[in-house]
Amino acid sequence: MTCLQLQKPTLVGNLRRRRGIPEIERCSDDERGLKVRMCGLTAAIAHSLTAVLKIAGEHIEAMIAHAREDHPDEACGVIVGPEGSDVPTRFVRMINADRSPTFCRFDPEEQFELYNAMSAAGEEIVVVYHSHTSTEAYPSRTDIALASEPQAHYVLVSTAVSGASDGPVSVRSYRIVDGGATEEEIDVTE
Amino acid sequence: MSVEVRIPTILRTFTGGAKAVHGNGATLQQVLDDIEARNPGLKDRIVESETLRRFVNVYVNDEDVRFSGGLDAPTADGDVVVVLPAVAGG
Repeated sequence: MTCLQLQKPTLVGNLRRRRGIPEIERCSDDERGLKVRMCGLTAAIAHSLTAVLKIAGEHIEAMIAHAREDHPDEACGVIVGPEGSDVPTRFVRMINADRSPTFCRFDPEEQFELYNAMSAAGEEIVVVYHSHTSTEAYPSRTDIALASEPQAHYVLVSTAVSGASDGPVSVRSYRIVDGGATEEEIDVTE
Repeated sequence: MSVEVRIPTILRTFTGGAKAVHGNGATLQQVLDDIEARNPGLKDRIVESETLRRFVNVYVNDEDVRFSGGLDAPTADGDVVVVLPAVAGG
């Protein structure tokens, strides 16, 4: 499968990055000593537990198919799942209201319908995906500035190389919290 | 009775984790001012320069307030206000 082959270099990068102790700088100066170490440890544990997206192969393929169909405009959508589960189960294509090759925004009416459906079913957004059609699968400054689903995995699909046709695409996942993006591993399940 | 305001995950740091808060007022502006008094900082994430932030959607009883008066949209006891940050990027 194309996407699996392409994820290997990404995976290596992720594992390298995870060796460092993350987010220790969040502790304030007056919390040095034991508290700082504990804070770092807690952050490291939380990081190792959450820094992976477990996702079904069919969902990866559905995101790629959507990105190819809408190329050269950006495609966007979500995969929702039971609240608090961190498991993406229901794939929802969304309309890019801007129909633009450089920007995407959910249609406000469709987003509200999604909100109502999720509220009724006890679901939340687990994955937010969108495509980049002329740049790499890395969050843009705009992506980071506007990210507002702290519980979600942000998946970028780049069709910059292949365009709408069959060919190499890259799929990468990030956490975007407090103005920073951290890449994470993608674990493809059945 | 009062107006229920549903808070998105990213703004729950301002409400002590509460998914919804209640406020009083005859307009969206008044309701937001009322809940701001008990949840300081919340309004600033929804309103900028006396208008709704560009990337925040607000609905009163299923209606997008951009089409019903913005911050002047009328509210009444029992109404439900939903705040949804736009999902957008470049």
